Amino acid sequence: MTTTACFIIVSRNDIPIYEAEVGSAAKREDAAQLHQFILHAALDIVQDLAWTTSAMFLKAIDRFNDLVVSVYVTAGHTRFMLLHDSRNDDGIKSFFQEVHELYIKILLNPLYLPGSRITSSHFDTKVRALARKYL
Amino acid sequence: MPPAAPRSGDAIFASVERVNAELFTLTYGAIVRQLLTDLEEVEEVNKQLDQMGYNIGIRLIDEFLAKSNVSRCVDFKETAEVIAKVGFKMFLGVTASVTNWDADGTCCSIVLDDNPLVDFVELPDTCQGLYYCNILSGVIRGALEMVSMKTEVTWIRDMLRGDDAYELQVKLLNQVPEEYPYKDDE
Repeated sequence: MTTTACFIIVSRNDIPIYEAEVGSAAKREDAAQLHQFILHAALDIVQDLAWTTSAMFLKAIDRFNDLVVSVYVTAGHTRFMLLHDSRNDDGIKSFFQEVHELYIKILLNPLYLPGSRITSSHFDTKVRALARKYL
Repeated sequence: MPPAAPRSGDAIFASVERVNAELFTLTYGAIVRQLLTDLEEVEEVNKQLDQMGYNIGIRLIDEFLAKSNVSRCVDFKETAEVIAKVGFKMFLGVTASVTNWDADGTCCSIVLDDNPLVDFVELPDTCQGLYYCNILSGVIRGALEMVSMKTEVTWIRDMLRGDDAYELQVKLLNQVPEEYPYKDDE
């Protein structure tokens, strides 16, 4: 079953620091831009919702046609946003938690400036492997 | 009273005061990052790390000799073994191995499989020439200089650059005989 999914990490200053198309469907150029547009539009909603709850995982917060946006907010107000068409809430929650662990390891690198783009190919490979596993 | 026998690296490591490994790693990382911000040139940072290591080494050798009670080393081979087995174990908690001796016994490689200084570190593209652990080469050079051996220490393999272990090449240049700080006839 092919799934479309777009994963973005947005820093506390609203700058995207990592993006990846992690769905198993074929990637189309216009679809990628549309996905990013949807995710950016959802940022306002995340902003309001994040302060109403102390949980890190905010489930589905926005819809567009049949695509759903799910968000996970970290303690440093970094947002992991996932645009997907599946309904697998538990899988998505586990995916976010594992990406959070990887993100913490990146933060521990003294040569990484927090809030800058994540360029590590190691991180990229691991995120894609996790996406295949959980989504 | 007979002199105390030399103690093994593990025994000393267990008896000295230790610090949290993550605190140590993160502090060293902060030093390197601050040097990169201040000096901006990767070569300058390498030199500065080596100089810092040298300053540490000339003082560290005294603590090492006091705590470990090793007797005078007969030749350079024994020196290298002592550094790898007792020295590294005592100060970093890792054991290194000595390999690649050359024909006249003046040049060897110390191989570290595991290095606490580099946990979580990944070199970004802007710092490709950086020897992140260069402080270690300074420490060895400084320590050996205080026991009258002039050496040259360079990095052969570095895991942050994609190799499978850390390898330091220690080359003995010459042995300086001890000089007395006063003249005999005064």
